[in-house]
Amino acid sequence: MQSRFSRLAPYLQVAPLALVLLVFFGIPLLVVGAVSFFEYDEFDIYPAFTFANYLDLWSQTTLNLYWQTITYAVIVWAITLVIGFTVAYFLVFHVRNILWQMALFLLCTVPFWTSNIIRMISWIPVLGRNGIINQSLVGLGIIDQPLEFLLFSDVAVVIAYVHLFTLFMIVPIFNSMARIDRSLIEAAVDGGASSWRVIWEVVVPLSKTGIALGSIFVLTLVMGDFFVVKIMSGGQSGSVVSALYNEIAVLQYPPAAASAVVLLIIVTMMVAGILRIVDVRKELAG
Amino acid sequence: MQQQQFGKRPWSFYFLATFFTLFVLFLYGPMFAIYVLSFQGPSGGLTFPMNGFSFDWFVALFGQQRTGDIRGSFGRSISLALMVLALTVIISVMAGVAFRRRFVGSTFVFYMAIASLIMPGLLISLGAPIMFQKLLGMNTNWYTTALGAQLTWTLPFGLLIMFAVFNRFNRAYEEAAYDLSATTRQTYQYVVLPILLPGIIGVALFGFTLSYDEFPRTLYTVGPRNTLPLEIWNMTTNVTSPALYALGTVTTAVSFVVITLALGSIALIQRRRLKHNLDGESAGASQIALAEADR
Repeated sequence: MQSRFSRLAPYLQVAPLALVLLVFFGIPLLVVGAVSFFEYDEFDIYPAFTFANYLDLWSQTTLNLYWQTITYAVIVWAITLVIGFTVAYFLVFHVRNILWQMALFLLCTVPFWTSNIIRMISWIPVLGRNGIINQSLVGLGIIDQPLEFLLFSDVAVVIAYVHLFTLFMIVPIFNSMARIDRSLIEAAVDGGASSWRVIWEVVVPLSKTGIALGSIFVLTLVMGDFFVVKIMSGGQSGSVVSALYNEIAVLQYPPAAASAVVLLIIVTMMVAGILRIVDVRKELAG
Repeated sequence: MQQQQFGKRPWSFYFLATFFTLFVLFLYGPMFAIYVLSFQGPSGGLTFPMNGFSFDWFVALFGQQRTGDIRGSFGRSISLALMVLALTVIISVMAGVAFRRRFVGSTFVFYMAIASLIMPGLLISLGAPIMFQKLLGMNTNWYTTALGAQLTWTLPFGLLIMFAVFNRFNRAYEEAAYDLSATTRQTYQYVVLPILLPGIIGVALFGFTLSYDEFPRTLYTVGPRNTLPLEIWNMTTNVTSPALYALGTVTTAVSFVVITLALGSIALIQRRRLKHNLDGESAGASQIALAEADR
């Protein structure tokens, strides 16, 4: 009896998790997949098997949207990678006191536990036409007219993304770096390697799981965003998901679902590509 | 590079320290701007300079209906976050324990959790109303569908934290308890879970704050009555007064109280353990003694 229970135990223990994920994630996702083949009009959706929703995606507007979304993702990925790596490197290899290290690390992560929308909005008084940056620049006499491209533009979108998502790069890279055996670095230095070579040939390869994880987070977060691009671009730019948001607003579920499926395929391919290079599961599940 | 001579730091330290300081300013600066601006005088606008100092915008938030149902949505957000916290802790800890052993389907569940973690939130929000409302004819509500949708976001975090926590867990304590003939239940109750408590508090912190600030997954699953982030979202498009910033200040203050409570209690536990260890007693050993006494 005892042994039968103990054989069943893991299944019972994991059941609630599996159930929640199936009911609220797995099955709804399958429903989205099914609905992407449905027909629709202004009033309702009708079960069918049509590829029309997918064929409708093949337009210049949609292709531009995908291009724009991927461009944002790549730019933000590059910026957050440089910042994330530099900050993690500083914390791990230059802050010697472990308490200071933890305190500064926490300082970087605290904003993660606060509202993303509020953090996004907080750029409005900074970047706006009468915002802090423009007021200072005009006040200092550097420019005569306020810079218009700061807020409600692609620049504002990228700044907000970097502000919101750099954390997701810092934390995994920090974790990888913190595990690097210091004697490896000493050995490299003793072997006559320059600082740059140590970083490039020892630190970077040994942090690659963290870099991969951070990249997955940042890329998927940017590809899945709709509210930053909607507010910070002032409606001038869009992304795949912000277009989806507009379609759902008018209850056009089938085309929204088709767009969602295509986006998911692209995101999955990106993630699979990263996972092919780096085995992340080993890192996560130990 | 790493000239480990104390006192003398390489130039790269100062360069990186400057970089880090600028990053922290970038991270916190704008947020402080809106906290300050939320105390604008009655005639003040969305940008500096401050036109006097007042609490008018906070009063406007909770006093009148013109900014929406802030009071109600605030209450719903807190209740929902507490429910998510409780469920996230219970389900993640159980799943974490399950994953300590091999079982059929573990890889599938693991990858489903990871997929759920990186899934664009709005897509989760899109599937649920179609499935529950259109196909099953059920109502969406903040305490049913939105709760479930938020769990698909908090549970993967909880699971990953539990993995990290169990990775660092020293099995010797557990084996010692079994050697002293404690049952599985006693071992978990008196030895394993108390040792893992800081990690579990971490899971609770994630559960509460991620739910409290959750927006895309809640958007279409929430039903007729909004949570706070959805009210904020409505305000970003409708309200062009510092009341928006006041709401930002209030909601951030709540987050900070929760973060401080969680991190503070973790620090307190660690410090007590340190003292225990200095007394020559490890926390685990005293728990085992307790387990013995309980039998």
